[in-house]
Amino acid sequence: MVPQTIAEVGGMGHSIKRKEDPRLIRGKGTYVDDIQLPGMVYMDIVRSPFAHAKIKSINSENALKVPGVLAVITGETLAQYNLHWMPTLMSDTQMVLPTEKVMYQAQEVAAVIASDRYAAADGVEAVEVEYDPLPVVVDPFKALQPDAPVLRTDKEGKKDNHIFHWEAGDNEGTNRAIDEADVVVKQDIYLPRIHVASIETCGCIADFDRVMGKLTVYMTTQAPHAVRTVFALVAGHVGLSEEKIRIISPDIGGGFGGKVPVYPGYVIAVAASVVLGKPIKWIEDRIENLQADSFARDYHITAELAAKKDGTMTGLRIKTLADHGYTDAAANPSKFPAGMFSICTGSYDFKHAFAEVDGVYTNKPPGGIAYRCSFRVTEAVHAIERMTDVLAHELKMDAADLRLKNFIPADKFPYKSALGWEYDSGNYHGALEKAMQKIGYAGLRKEQAEKRKAGELMGIGISSFTEIVGAGPSKHFDILGLKMFDSCEIRIHPTGKAIARFGTKSQGQGHETTYAQIIAEELGIPAAHIEIEEGDTDTAPYGLGTYASRSTPTAGAAGAMAARKIREKAKKIAAHLLEVAEGDLEWEPGKFSVKGAPQKAKTIQEIVFAAYTNHPPGMEPGLEAVSYYDPPNLTFPFGSYICVVDLDRGTGEVKIRRFVAVDDCGNIINPMIVDGQIHGGLTMGMAPALLEEISYDENGNVQGGSFMDYLLPTAVETPQWETDKTVTPSPHHPFGAKGVGESATVGAPPAIANAIVDALAHLEVRHIDIPITPEKVWKILKEKGVAL
Amino acid sequence: MIPAAFDYHAPNTLAEAMALLARYGEAAKVLSGGQSLLPLLKLRLGYADHLVDIGRVPGLEYIKEEDGYLKIGGATREVALERSDLIRSKYPILLDTALVIADPLVRNRATVGGNLAHGDPGNDHPATMLALGAEVVATSPKGERTIPIEKFFTGLFTTALKPDEILTAIKVPIPASRSGGAYVKLERKVGDLATAATAAQVTLGKNGEVERAGIGLTNAGPTPIKATQAENYLQGKKPDDTAITEAARLAAQATAPTVDRRGSVEYKREMARVLTARALTQAVQWAGGH
Repeated sequence: MVPQTIAEVGGMGHSIKRKEDPRLIRGKGTYVDDIQLPGMVYMDIVRSPFAHAKIKSINSENALKVPGVLAVITGETLAQYNLHWMPTLMSDTQMVLPTEKVMYQAQEVAAVIASDRYAAADGVEAVEVEYDPLPVVVDPFKALQPDAPVLRTDKEGKKDNHIFHWEAGDNEGTNRAIDEADVVVKQDIYLPRIHVASIETCGCIADFDRVMGKLTVYMTTQAPHAVRTVFALVAGHVGLSEEKIRIISPDIGGGFGGKVPVYPGYVIAVAASVVLGKPIKWIEDRIENLQADSFARDYHITAELAAKKDGTMTGLRIKTLADHGYTDAAANPSKFPAGMFSICTGSYDFKHAFAEVDGVYTNKPPGGIAYRCSFRVTEAVHAIERMTDVLAHELKMDAADLRLKNFIPADKFPYKSALGWEYDSGNYHGALEKAMQKIGYAGLRKEQAEKRKAGELMGIGISSFTEIVGAGPSKHFDILGLKMFDSCEIRIHPTGKAIARFGTKSQGQGHETTYAQIIAEELGIPAAHIEIEEGDTDTAPYGLGTYASRSTPTAGAAGAMAARKIREKAKKIAAHLLEVAEGDLEWEPGKFSVKGAPQKAKTIQEIVFAAYTNHPPGMEPGLEAVSYYDPPNLTFPFGSYICVVDLDRGTGEVKIRRFVAVDDCGNIINPMIVDGQIHGGLTMGMAPALLEEISYDENGNVQGGSFMDYLLPTAVETPQWETDKTVTPSPHHPFGAKGVGESATVGAPPAIANAIVDALAHLEVRHIDIPITPEKVWKILKEKGVAL
Repeated sequence: MIPAAFDYHAPNTLAEAMALLARYGEAAKVLSGGQSLLPLLKLRLGYADHLVDIGRVPGLEYIKEEDGYLKIGGATREVALERSDLIRSKYPILLDTALVIADPLVRNRATVGGNLAHGDPGNDHPATMLALGAEVVATSPKGERTIPIEKFFTGLFTTALKPDEILTAIKVPIPASRSGGAYVKLERKVGDLATAATAAQVTLGKNGEVERAGIGLTNAGPTPIKATQAENYLQGKKPDDTAITEAARLAAQATAPTVDRRGSVEYKREMARVLTARALTQAVQWAGGH
C-alpha cells in the first residue's frame, strides 16, 4: 500500500519508530513493581503442595511472630465478608482462599502481609498448614468415568466432573458425508497445556483510602475497565461502588491473554488493603506465575476428515475433551464455551462440518486463556492443518496441491462457513502461491527426494491458516453482559496538537504509535503531535481491553470514526473561514480546499485554531469527539507459512532450516510494527511446537513449573524468519485493517509439526503431538530402525 | 525467590577466608560466582547461615602454563576461558565446554572452581577435567593438597573438599603434541543442563594409534563419570569408525542416568553413546588423525 500522507505526518503505511520505545528501551517505563506508595506494605502467598487435599488447620501463630509480619489472611478471614469465593467469567465459581479444601498444586492457601518482602517470605515459610490428601484426578478422560471422585463438592447436587457440552454444525449431514466419502482419515491430536510466560509476572498495588472511600488498584491487567465493573459487581455487598474504584494499568511487560483474568491474588490484596487501610503490593514470582496463573490449550481432539478420491474435502468432524482444571475460569469473551473453536474448518470450502467440545474438571489450575489467539483458534487451526496433511499423506497427494484444491476461492467472499461464520475477505491461493515461490517449493521437494535416497531426513511443512479476530460484534460477544465494543475519545488542542484516549491497553503492541498514525491518517495532524493514553479508568473512555487481536479492529476503528466526526466539524469551520458552502470543499490529508481553486485552502491547524478563537456563530467552540465502535463482523486475517526442517538421526534434534511466512492482515498501519508482531508471534508459535509443555504426574505434581523445565525459546533457538505479505482489505472495517498480533502464534505450530512429520512420512509416520522433542523424534527413528 | 536470612562475609585475603570457614564449619558456604548457590538459596532448596564470598580474595583468577601444567585459578570466570588466546589455540575441549555453560550472563560471573566444587553431575567442567586428567588444588589453614579429579566427586553435590578447604586452582597436564579434545553437549535449549554430554581428549602416537584417551560424561549418573573401560579399550588402537563405535558403546554402558524432563533412561544412555562417538571423532580430528 502506498502511504496517502507525507512522512512528516506519518499516517498509515509509514514505518515510523515506536513512540513508546525511548521510554521502554531505556528502562524508563513504569511497571507496577516500579510504583512505590507512601506506607506501602507487601503481600506474599502460602501455596498448596498438594493437588487435592482437605485443609485440617492453618496455624498462623509462628508467622505472626516473624518480625515485620502484620497479618495473615485466610479463607476464614475472607468468609467474614463473603469474599472467599468469586464468580468466573464463565459463570462458574473460583476460590479466592480456601476454607475447606485445595484443588490444585500451588493454589493460594493464605496470604501474609508484612512490612517488607523478606519478612513476608519468612512469614509464608512459618505458616503451618495441615492437609489431609484426597484422591487426585489428573486425566480428563478418567475424570468422566463413573467411579471418578467428584471434585466440585461445593456444588450442591453435582455428581460428576463434566462442565459443559457445546456443539456447532450439522451432525447428520456430516455423518452422511463421512459415510459416503471415498476416504476418511481419523487422528487423535493433543494440544498440551502451556503458559504465556510473559516477561513481567502478574501483580498489583491495592490502595484503599479509608477517608475518601476510594479504592485505587494499580494492576497488570489487559482490561482495566472490565475489571472495574467486575470489582463493583463482586464486592458491591461490602460497599465498593463503581465510581469509587479506579483501575490503573501502567506499562505492561507482555500479556498474551494471561493478564485478562482476575486472579485470587488481586482480590486478596484488595481485601487486605480494605482491612488494614494500607497500600498492599503483591508481585508474583516466576514459579507462582507459571504454576498458578491461567494456562492455555489442553485440548484432546479427535478429528475425522472425509474426502473424495481426487482430494475434494467433503466433511469434517471434530470431537474434543477440554481440560479446564478445577473451575471453568476461561477468559473467553464470547457466548460460546469453546470460544471460536468453530473456525476449525479453516481455509477450506466444506459443505458439512460438526464440532463438539466437552469441558471437564481436574485437579489442575483453572484457565484457559486465549494465549495470543482469539479463544481456542490455535487449537482449531492446529487440528485442521494437521488433518489436511494426514489426508494428503493418505491420498499420496502433495500437501500444497491438496490445499490449493480445497481453498475457499477468492471470489466466494464474503463466505459463510459450514459452522456459521461469515469470513469477510480472503485470497488464500495468493498467499500460498507467494510462499511457495519465495521458498522455492518445487526445488525443495526435489532435494527432499534425493536426501531420502541418501538416508537423510528433511521435511517441508505448510500451514495455510485462517484467523478470526476483533471480538466482537455484540450479537456474539460479551463479558458478563458487557458488549465487546471499544472506544476512543479525541481532544484537539488549540495549536493543532491532540490527545486521544482509548478503552484498550497496550502490553507492548505499540498502540501509542499505531493509534496516533490512524488519527494522523484521518486528520493530517502529524502522528508525532498526538499523545495516546490508555489504562486509567478515571480518564479513558470505557472499553473492553486488549486481547484477541481486537485493538485495531475495534478501538482502532473507533479512533478513525472519532477522527471523522472531528473532520466533519472541521469542514463546517473551514467553510465558514473560506466563505463557501461545505459542498464546495474537498479534503486531502491535512487541509480543506475549494474545489477548482486549490489555492483557497485552510490547513487542519488553522481550522483547529479557529475552533477555539473564531468559531462560526451558532456552533459550539472546541474540537472533540468520542466514538464507541461495535464492529459489524469479525475480521479474518490469514496466511500461508512454509517450514523446512532437517532431523538429526543420532539425537532426534529438529533444525528449522528455513521458515517463510506470508501474512495478510488487510491494510497495514505500520509495516515495521506488523513485522515485529510476526517475528515475535512466530517465535511464540515455535515454542509449543518444539519446547514448551506443562504436565502433571499422577499425583497432580506440576512438571515444567519453572524456567528450568518450561523451555522458553531464546534467540539461539530461533531461526531466521523470512516474512512477506499480501494485502486483502477487510470490507467492513473503517480503514480495511484486520489485526495481526496473533496470526503467527496460531499459524506457526502446524507448519513446524507438518514439516517434522513430512520428514518421516516415507516411514509411515503421520502424526506426532507437540511439543516435538528430540526424544519423541528419536523414539520414532529407533522404532523405524533409522536411528544412528 | 527470596532467601532466608544469612550472614555475608567478604574477606580480603585467603587467610581471612579460611579463618572464617574454620570458625563456622558446616554452617558456612563458599560463595564464588554464585550462579548455582544463590538460586538454591533463593528457592529455599538450600540454606546457609554464613556465606564467605571469595570474590575479593586476590590471586585466584589466572590462566597460565607453568611447570608442565595448564593452571587455572579457582575463581577464574568462565568468560575468561572463552577469551583466553591460550585456551582458544591449545585447549579446544575447554573452549567447547566454556561456550556451552549456561549463557553469557552466567559465564560473566560463574567460576571454573565453582563449577567443580558444587559437585553437580549436570555441570560441564567435571567431565572435561576428567577427560583431561586434571588435579584440583585445595587450600586450608593446614596448607595445600592436590586431589586427582577422579577422586574429587564423591556423591551427588558432594566432593572431597573438607569444610575448611577452598578450591584454589585446577592443574591440567599440558597435552603432548598430536593431542586434541572436544566437548559435545545435547541440551534442550541454550542454558539448560545437558541431556547428555561427552568430553573426549585424545593423544595419538607416532603411527596414529591412541596413546591416551580421556572420556568424561556429564549428567549420566549421580556423579560425573569417567568412562574408564572405553578409555582402556581405545589405548593402542587406531581410532577408526569401528573403534570409536565400540568405545562409545562401552562409555554408554558406564552410565547410570535417571529419568527426568530431559529424557528417559534409555534415551540418555543412547545419547551418551551417540555424543561420545561424535566427541571422539572430533577429538581425533583435532589431534591430526582422521
